[in-house]
Amino acid sequence: MREEHARAYWKANVRILTILMSIWFFISFICGILLADFLDNFRFAGFKLGFWIAQQGSIYVFVILILVYLVCMDRLDARYTRDKSAHDSKRRDASAPAANDSPEDPA
Amino acid sequence: MSVQIWTYIFVVLSFGLYIGIAIWSRAASTNDFYVAGGGVHPLANGMATAADWMSAASFISMAGLISFLGRDGAFYLMGWTGGYVLLALLLAPYLRKFGKFTVPDFIGDRYYSNSARLVAIFCAISVSFVYVCGQMQGAGIVFSRFLEVDITTGVIIGMTIVFFYAVMGGMKGITYTQVAQYCVLIFAYLVPAIFISLMMTGNPIPQLGFGSELTPEYGGGYLLDRLDNLSTDLGFAAYTEGLRPTQDVFFITAALMFGTAGLPHVIIRFFTVPSVRDARKSAAYALIFIAILYTTAPAVAAFAKTNLLNTVNNASYEELPSWFGTWETTQLIQFDDRNADGVVQYSGDPAVNELTVNRDIMVLANPEIAGLPNWVVALVAAGALAAALSTAAGLLLVISTAVSHDLLKRSLMPGITEKQELLFARLSIFVAILIAGYFGINPPGFVAEVVAFAFGLAAASFFPAIVLGIFYRRMNRQGAISGMLAGFLFTAAYIIYFKFVSPETSNAAHWWFGISPEGIGTLGTFVNTVVALTVNRFYPAPPKAVQDMVEEIRLPN
Repeated sequence: MREEHARAYWKANVRILTILMSIWFFISFICGILLADFLDNFRFAGFKLGFWIAQQGSIYVFVILILVYLVCMDRLDARYTRDKSAHDSKRRDASAPAANDSPEDPA
Repeated sequence: MSVQIWTYIFVVLSFGLYIGIAIWSRAASTNDFYVAGGGVHPLANGMATAADWMSAASFISMAGLISFLGRDGAFYLMGWTGGYVLLALLLAPYLRKFGKFTVPDFIGDRYYSNSARLVAIFCAISVSFVYVCGQMQGAGIVFSRFLEVDITTGVIIGMTIVFFYAVMGGMKGITYTQVAQYCVLIFAYLVPAIFISLMMTGNPIPQLGFGSELTPEYGGGYLLDRLDNLSTDLGFAAYTEGLRPTQDVFFITAALMFGTAGLPHVIIRFFTVPSVRDARKSAAYALIFIAILYTTAPAVAAFAKTNLLNTVNNASYEELPSWFGTWETTQLIQFDDRNADGVVQYSGDPAVNELTVNRDIMVLANPEIAGLPNWVVALVAAGALAAALSTAAGLLLVISTAVSHDLLKRSLMPGITEKQELLFARLSIFVAILIAGYFGINPPGFVAEVVAFAFGLAAASFFPAIVLGIFYRRMNRQGAISGMLAGFLFTAAYIIYFKFVSPETSNAAHWWFGISPEGIGTLGTFVNTVVALTVNRFYPAPPKAVQDMVEEIRLPN
């Protein structure tokens, strides 16, 4: 059971990473490099859009990505800890022998 | 007061501060020495990481590089900040959970092999060494230009300061000194930028200023349009257009990102915070602190370039401002009046051009070119020194832990006591400083080139090995070791060939797929990964205990 929670946690974690890394790739490599010339056709204030993303916008997006990651992981951790303790207390109530389903104790 | 007196005041004050911190934060145990006791606040660690990370090259050379590269300069900006996303998402939390001292610790334990540990030690030491020489050289340059001492004396002063706090305080001393150094360097970078932005555009925020209109004294119109026009009029490429082949920009950006995430001196900073959550938090702080400088740099680049073109072109040599003469004596600006008309012709056409401008001048002389007060001009020296010394200290610590902890304690002499280990750690920092100082005085190449080398090697050796170690449970030691060796050797061979063996053929026609030596680390990372995954298939999965460890580091608590 505990392993199941761990697996669910890891899966959720990898999903968050995949989404954030896709945005990371899109903004830097796609918008900042591959599409920069095309995006330069659009302007705001004194900036061409492609130029601005390459030299400014991508960095702001990176900062936002890490902050979003922080919040997502905090929530995931909280859910995982709650599930785990709920599960642990349930197991205590049932007073089932726990010898074979808890191979190691987490630090 | 003259610039020189102000410079002395700032340098002496900041050095006094660093020494004070060193005395206050002496290391008592190996735990203190390697990871600052593991109790650093994430905010402090974020600042320390930012200072650790932003080197002499970031501070002195980057804005100048951008001002000559135009839009292509974005590979430095995106590469050196985007790598933090990789670091924060893919490495930092898991390595913190693993909870040892060094990168070779992780590689050695995860790949259950002392050979893997030795390969990692070798990579960590070579990467850090290449990088630290650049820092020492940077410090020497600053001393010689601002304080008018020769480079040798400058390097020796820098060595002594670093020696003092690195040997005494280890990671603990380095961490808190780096916090102070971050404050010094960011202040020194922002103040001139804000001044110039206000002067030229009336907007105090440089990030917005370089997209604004120039004030009437500067001729009005959007700054970047003006810069594009000035550049094309003189026969240069338009500033906001890309020149380099797209695939090269792509590969350089990726190499700098992977390299950032694989640099051992940055990774070990995340071992110093109390928990996994703090590791994530301090990665976020670090990127914010870095982004402050990295979003200012392109603005500085645009301001400085506009100012330079406005001031020098078609100006009579006799009437040029006094800074021109000062920087001419350092040969950072060279004027050769070919047609003997006493007027400076600056042009993209080499047949007509009379002016050679070193890119470092864009930051070093920028405040003078803009006519800012003397105390602002003097700040730059203190900031540049903070940037060089903080990075050097972080790198020296990696070298020292690699020798005393990874090589001696974990590989060769497991029986030594903690006290002996600490002594060896201090001794190896001492020796590393001496060697780094030697190369700082007799540099093997230009600062920026040497740094590019370090990034390529870090990208091609560590990054895939660590990521696979966390995300691919079945990765075994045979795969990881052969991958690291293949990536490292491939990248090193390519760079050495084009930089040292046959530099005259280093151009797009001879490069593989048009990838410059700066960008080859990306291909090296790829080689590493492919070799690792292929070799992995021919050997058994890692032992149960190792697989359990991988499961364990994936969980937050």
